[in-house]
Amino acid sequence: MCGTCGCGHDDEPVKILKPGEETHAHSYQHSHPHTHDDEGHTHTHPHQYTHAHDDGNETHQHDHADEHHSHPQDHHHHHDGEHAHDHSHDHPHVHDHAHAHSRQIAVEQDALQQNDRMAQRNRGYFEGKGLLVLNLVSSPGSGKTSLLEKTIARLKGKANIYVIEGDQQTLNDANRIKQAGAPVVQINTGNGCHLDADMVNKAVKRLDIKTDGILMIENVGNLVCPALFDLGEAQRVVVISVTEGDDKPLKYPTMFETSNVCVINKTDLLPYVDFDVKKTREYALRVNPQLKFFELSVKTEEGMDAWMEWLLKARQEIQS
Amino acid sequence: MHEFSIAVNIVDIAVEHAEKANARRVNEVELEIGELSGVVYEAMETAMEAAIKDTLLEGAEVKIIRIAGRGHCSDCGKEFGLANLFDPCPECGAFNPEVLAGKELRIKSINVD
Repeated sequence: MCGTCGCGHDDEPVKILKPGEETHAHSYQHSHPHTHDDEGHTHTHPHQYTHAHDDGNETHQHDHADEHHSHPQDHHHHHDGEHAHDHSHDHPHVHDHAHAHSRQIAVEQDALQQNDRMAQRNRGYFEGKGLLVLNLVSSPGSGKTSLLEKTIARLKGKANIYVIEGDQQTLNDANRIKQAGAPVVQINTGNGCHLDADMVNKAVKRLDIKTDGILMIENVGNLVCPALFDLGEAQRVVVISVTEGDDKPLKYPTMFETSNVCVINKTDLLPYVDFDVKKTREYALRVNPQLKFFELSVKTEEGMDAWMEWLLKARQEIQS
Repeated sequence: MHEFSIAVNIVDIAVEHAEKANARRVNEVELEIGELSGVVYEAMETAMEAAIKDTLLEGAEVKIIRIAGRGHCSDCGKEFGLANLFDPCPECGAFNPEVLAGKELRIKSINVD
């Protein structure tokens, strides 16, 4: 496990890729310094997540069995069997399990403070660039990527748009966004179920961002985990589609509580499903009375005008 | 499993404090986790078990203090127990109370040797 990124699993590294980069990944780079006691030197191995150890040892406790690493002078050798003791040992090995010398240290810190701090750094950068940043969250399959494709097409000539795509695997979405005409970076989280502020911080450096644009961050499709991770966005947009249950806001209240905007997508399918838009809005407003709604169909583009109008207005407000 | 990322963050913070205090090991870590914080307690326990391995917290007891939700009605001013974010005020029926407690995701203290 690597604590730097918190991704959880070394075998499923976080990768930050641009379309066409499948074979030469820019994964997170960080160093693991370690000391070799035998020679008294310390050195740092900068390496990537993709760096593999033949012995499969993930903790980087390198065993130096070769001749070049001699024992230091104060090295303690264990007594072997031939070395006899003729005096008796009488050590009373009493282990004090009450931890007589233990100390209580008050910590009183928020568990997510590291992420929140990085999110604030991102926010400062975005503000400096005059960039409107939206964090798009939803269940898988609600139509986030399709919404982005249509949005990119409609923004042509009106505003610069950049996209960070978050998925566990594949560059599929990044390829779609590139096709649609926007600069894009893909974050593959491996086993991770959400994006965090640190991943966005690294991904954004790979986009050549001009001032006064819009950055869309499409989070990993998941209505639970991304709710707790501030990325530094100006607005969080939760997307649900009418093929889902209309009680989603009650089942996943934290996501709706932390969002600013709710897009109800695939409204062209309303005649064929039991989704009650009024009920969904009412449930969502119970957890978040400030939530702003857009009902639209990305497919037929009905309702897209209002979304685009809001987007351009929100961008103007950021810059003023 | 965002609980795992949270657990890793908790361990990082605990190790930082333990190292500052020149501790040899951490015996116990005490967390305050609210019932409205968006984490699953069982998943949090499992995640902590995994996250403390090979750290100063290895073998430490993870004590989770559950904090019940409490809301304050912005309409009528009543204070009440809040089991869900969407619960209405039992007095006047208004939704969206101010959350007074239950969203905690904090490391309260560590006990070290």
